[in-house]
Amino acid sequence: MTDTPTTSRNVSLFATCLGDQLSPDAVHATVTVLERAGCQVTFDPRQTCCGQPAFNSGFWQEAREVARHFLDVFKDAEVIVAPSGSCTAMVHRFVDLFRDDAELLPRAEAMAHKTFELSSFLVRELGVTNLGARLDARVGWHDACHGLRELRIKQEPRQLLAQVQGLELVELKTCESCCGFGGTFSVKMPEVSTAMLDHKLDELQMTPIDVLAAVDSSCLMQIRGRLERRGSPVRTMHLAEILASR
Amino acid sequence: MNTSPSNRKANAFHAQAKNALNDATLKQALRSATDTFAERRSAAIAAVPDWEALREQARLVKDATVARLDHYIEQFADNAEQAGATVHWARDGKEACAIVQKIAEDNGATRLVKSKSMATEEIHLNKALAERALEPVETDLGEWIIQLAGETPSHIIVPAIHMTRDQVGELFVDKLGIPPSNDPKTLCAHARERLRSHFAQADLGISGVNFGVAETGSILILENEGNVRMTTTMPKVHVAVMGIERVIPRFKDLEVFLRLLPRSGTGQHLTTYQSILTGTDSAQDSANGQGPEQVHIVLLDNGRSKIAVDEKMRETLACIRCGACLNACPVYQTVGGHAYGTVYPGPIGAILTPQLAGMHEAKPLPFASSLCGACKDVCPVKIDIPSLLLELRQRAVEGTDHEPATKRSFFESMSWRMWSWFMRGPKRFRFASAMARLGQRMPLVHRLVPPMAAWHSTRELPRLAKRSFRDTYKGPSK
Repeated sequence: MTDTPTTSRNVSLFATCLGDQLSPDAVHATVTVLERAGCQVTFDPRQTCCGQPAFNSGFWQEAREVARHFLDVFKDAEVIVAPSGSCTAMVHRFVDLFRDDAELLPRAEAMAHKTFELSSFLVRELGVTNLGARLDARVGWHDACHGLRELRIKQEPRQLLAQVQGLELVELKTCESCCGFGGTFSVKMPEVSTAMLDHKLDELQMTPIDVLAAVDSSCLMQIRGRLERRGSPVRTMHLAEILASR
Repeated sequence: MNTSPSNRKANAFHAQAKNALNDATLKQALRSATDTFAERRSAAIAAVPDWEALREQARLVKDATVARLDHYIEQFADNAEQAGATVHWARDGKEACAIVQKIAEDNGATRLVKSKSMATEEIHLNKALAERALEPVETDLGEWIIQLAGETPSHIIVPAIHMTRDQVGELFVDKLGIPPSNDPKTLCAHARERLRSHFAQADLGISGVNFGVAETGSILILENEGNVRMTTTMPKVHVAVMGIERVIPRFKDLEVFLRLLPRSGTGQHLTTYQSILTGTDSAQDSANGQGPEQVHIVLLDNGRSKIAVDEKMRETLACIRCGACLNACPVYQTVGGHAYGTVYPGPIGAILTPQLAGMHEAKPLPFASSLCGACKDVCPVKIDIPSLLLELRQRAVEGTDHEPATKRSFFESMSWRMWSWFMRGPKRFRFASAMARLGQRMPLVHRLVPPMAAWHSTRELPRLAKRSFRDTYKGPSK
């Protein structure tokens, strides 16, 4: 990995609506990590959501309105980094939303090219893996679906975790199994959603870990809610929180 | 089994899925079988160095075929007739069933055998034939088990995947009066013995088709048990029911599909038998004619030509019915095929059924997915199932020129309007999140607001942070 000179370090942070409202610690950690990697981070408080909840629910008109807002807010950004594979993948999907819009389609395409998920931005774009972090814990990694299958992120978080002192990465057999969240799917079909997650969590009974980590606040919300209900001692952590630990 | 086959409906997915989740035996059977198939598939494709190139090539062939489906299907029909087959065109399932009935009655056939075919399941052929006392005996072991049990298949290639061998043993004791056993070899031996006598007496055999080759008029059928070969050659009359999208242009195209299909479906390098059937022997001037005297090919449209001209959805027709997406799907793995209430379950069923039967007949199916994308990764012809699910969701909500939107609750539509309004204005967003913070401090709110109640039924509710990121971020530290 070498530093690619073409990638700007002037990062516009996309906190994501879930990160902003539910896990601000993970977003603060994202800022810390990006700054340690040598980035200038700015946060535009006009930002809200990428539009994915409506898009995935079939309400494309509403999704388009919110995506349009995103395009306006981040119009002048050099690069956008989000602590989420799923929200990043949604920004990459704006091209589907605006496929019949001659004016906005090119803007959607340009936005996709400059929007990155955190781990892939650090490793692929900046060539950074060691952020001087330390965390004494056995950590299981959850490959969140959209990062894994839409953005093809697999090794990047592992490369970053490998550099964290004291951290033992425990590879789970079910690391690529969906957590069952799926946006509104999780409340439209709660029993199926939870049964999908239980398949993953059942493995933890045989494989002891302290922390189940991911780069998506949405998956972590689903996983945490079920771990708490099951009375499990395993905690959840966002990748940024691990990388910012010292 | 909690629901009877005739009562299941795609529109009852929620209830059927919940039933399935309460069935511990089903859970065990499904998990172990789908995991086994998925592992075998991974091992089989790992040994193919150019797997990705094969997928690309297969998809190119399929796209080119679907783009000129009318041309290739007519070429296929002409060449099949040239070789001695009789070709019938069926616009829908009803017509197809009537054609098969008539062929049977014209030939005075009374003892029918049938090999596994999803197209015949799709048109409910057995039911139609049973009404004329012509119900065929299923000869694929899994299908035969299903038939004995009065069930429907729950998987595209493994019809009885939802059953354990104990359950099959009990079924055989009950229906065939065999001594108690759950030993697969013993059970197979009993099945073989029974089925042999059916083959020996059959006067008409019905099969499906995996591929129809346009340039030769040949049909290709893959199998592992030898029952297809017997079904298509022992009776005097062979009737093949073929969805029009099974056609491929050239014989040499089989090379790529024969490498993809068995590996994707069962994790085999090749199925035990591949039968390539071209017309009748009499037409080939064979001295000692073997095989059936008559071959009938029923070309089934049943909504396919409509999909072929739907630019955004037509890749659905690239499917080669391998079942890999079912085995990879965490929803299918969790609830099984019967929960879908359709002939085609799993991810492919969720995109195919609303198109074949109409969105209003399968409203929940495009939504019965977390959009994890595992199906897309395993699909041998690279169908982007998650994107097609999204497209169908959009059509369900917003409607199309041909089909009105499905009814949404006032609460749902209003919620999304409000959501969009709040998300488009930073001040409104801040206001909404402040309201939500107040709301979560009120007792019982999780029982009163439907989405929160649904979440809380199985998981602890997430708590909004006391102060959001935007309220605590002070700008760059340096």
